[in-house]
Amino acid sequence: MKKFVLTVTLTSAIALAGCAKKAPEELPSAPVTSSTPAPTPPPAPSGPVPGSYEDFLASVAGQDTIYFDTDKYDIDDADAAALRSQAQWLQRYPNVRATIEGHCDERGTRDYNLALGERRANAAKNYLVGLGVDASRLTTVSYGKERPKALGSNESAWAQNRRAATITIG
Amino acid sequence: MTKCLVLVLALFAAAPALAQEAGGGAVEADIGLSLEQIEEEGGLTGSVTDESDWQDLGIAIPAFATDSDQPTPANAGGTAALGLDLARVITADLRNNGLFQPVGPDALPRPSYPQVTNPSFPVWTGRGAEMLVHGYVRAGADGRLTVGCYLYDVALREELDRSGWVVQPADWRRAAHKCADLVYSRLSGEDPFFDSKIAYIAETGPKDNRVKRLAIMDSDGANHRFITNGQAMALTPRYSPDYSKIAYLSYLNGKPSIYVYDIGTGRQQLVTTSTNQTYAPRWSPDGRYILYSMAIAGNTDIYRVPASGGTSQRLTNSPGIDVGGSYSPDGRRIVFESDRSGSQQIYVMDADGSNQRRISFFGGRAATPEWSPRGDQVAFTHIAGDIRVAVMSPGGGGLRHLTNGWQDEAPTWSPNGRIIQFFRTERNSGDSSLWQVDLTGRNLRRLPTPVGASDPAWGPVLP
Repeated sequence: MKKFVLTVTLTSAIALAGCAKKAPEELPSAPVTSSTPAPTPPPAPSGPVPGSYEDFLASVAGQDTIYFDTDKYDIDDADAAALRSQAQWLQRYPNVRATIEGHCDERGTRDYNLALGERRANAAKNYLVGLGVDASRLTTVSYGKERPKALGSNESAWAQNRRAATITIG
Repeated sequence: MTKCLVLVLALFAAAPALAQEAGGGAVEADIGLSLEQIEEEGGLTGSVTDESDWQDLGIAIPAFATDSDQPTPANAGGTAALGLDLARVITADLRNNGLFQPVGPDALPRPSYPQVTNPSFPVWTGRGAEMLVHGYVRAGADGRLTVGCYLYDVALREELDRSGWVVQPADWRRAAHKCADLVYSRLSGEDPFFDSKIAYIAETGPKDNRVKRLAIMDSDGANHRFITNGQAMALTPRYSPDYSKIAYLSYLNGKPSIYVYDIGTGRQQLVTTSTNQTYAPRWSPDGRYILYSMAIAGNTDIYRVPASGGTSQRLTNSPGIDVGGSYSPDGRRIVFESDRSGSQQIYVMDADGSNQRRISFFGGRAATPEWSPRGDQVAFTHIAGDIRVAVMSPGGGGLRHLTNGWQDEAPTWSPNGRIIQFFRTERNSGDSSLWQVDLTGRNLRRLPTPVGASDPAWGPVLP
């Protein structure tokens, strides 16, 4: 099969080369100007593959992560909106699974933060399940304070690190 | 001996800076302890020292002698050079721990082999030494080393103590630590601790992508060894009481689970096959059980499983986060952390999970409780603005802060229950390092490690 394709390619290349060398006997007619604009070409296949993690991120537009107050794991209105957006996407691709990572800020002890991170991931998971996402599609993991996103030691950084992030797989 | 020991009551009265939130008296009144409970309160037993005379004791530690300078795998220079290194290790042990005023072998004349058991006291009196260590090292035909250690009172011209050990050449440092322990115990009345090892987590890399590896080292930082290679994040290690294994948390395959690593075979196995996240492994003092915390659907509880494998037994069952757990030295009770009251506080229960009751009633949150091997104190992390290491009596009173950093956490005890080891995190960089402080709050010092470090766990004294 490969050889055949190669041959075809070579032939076309030669043919094209042949075309370039001499002017055609008959020029094609000039395009007719009309008031309607030329139709836009169909979009080239670009952007994230549907159902991929990149597609998920693009679709929920920054709402793949929800945030929490210190020591808290409750879903507030902003979190709920984000999770609804996530659930909508997840319902479009019922074969896609997801891991929800729970995180904490650095201002706490390691073991407790592992537990609190799990609480946060679990809260997000429960909310998604409540919105109709099948629980068997969702797993949770806690990273406690081990994987901060914001690197400072200040309230703003800590607020960004107290989070649950949904990561779709496949 | 009495001149060496000062009752702790004087210390409490005289050190308000260390015990600002002590409110010790208020605590007893608030919770209305019964007489039985006050007895159970525990609290420091006798021998914590403050700036007593013995800490200024000049002690001379000249090089150890050898009957015959032989080659040895323990030292490129042979047994004579090894004698010098033995004395250096002992000197460093005593100096780093703020104990006595040791003068090491590099500044002192070398005793001859016969002088080890018959010191030339005028030489040492002339140098202002009050205590004197002499020792010898001999290489046996099979390569093993015999090390003898002698402690003398220079003024009295008397031998205070002696001991000897036979070690493989690779273990020569242990003989030095045993000698340092002999000196320390005899002069302070405390139990030994130098001949022990520390497991911890070595850290490298940027704050948002730290590489965390399991590592071990001697109590003085020597014989350092990485156990894991950093591909899977390792956290919170604990030596088994017999030093044969290390229980730790690994994110191998992205599934946080507790593994028991066998140091001899280099193999490890899961402590439970549950798919739920497990963490915070702890050993019972007799090595028969491993405590662990498991998170199921947002709720974490403490479980116990036989170290040899088998069914786990659930110990706590509250809707809050119950995590950690540290056995009393007699194995009958466990102190642990729970937020069932609304914030992290410290609780005690019997080893089978019964009689759970809260013991921390001061302000702020209290976490990571660790029962002293001596049984008379519980060390913990106190979160009240800053995050600091503190101690209290097992009944819950007598709160004392031992550190004053921005984030000091996860205290564990030296084997003799007189030194606390913890890790300190720096603002912004998040870099961590290991530190030690005496139970008196004095002699705060850093324990040097090759790279960043956290989660230190001190094993018992090696037999």
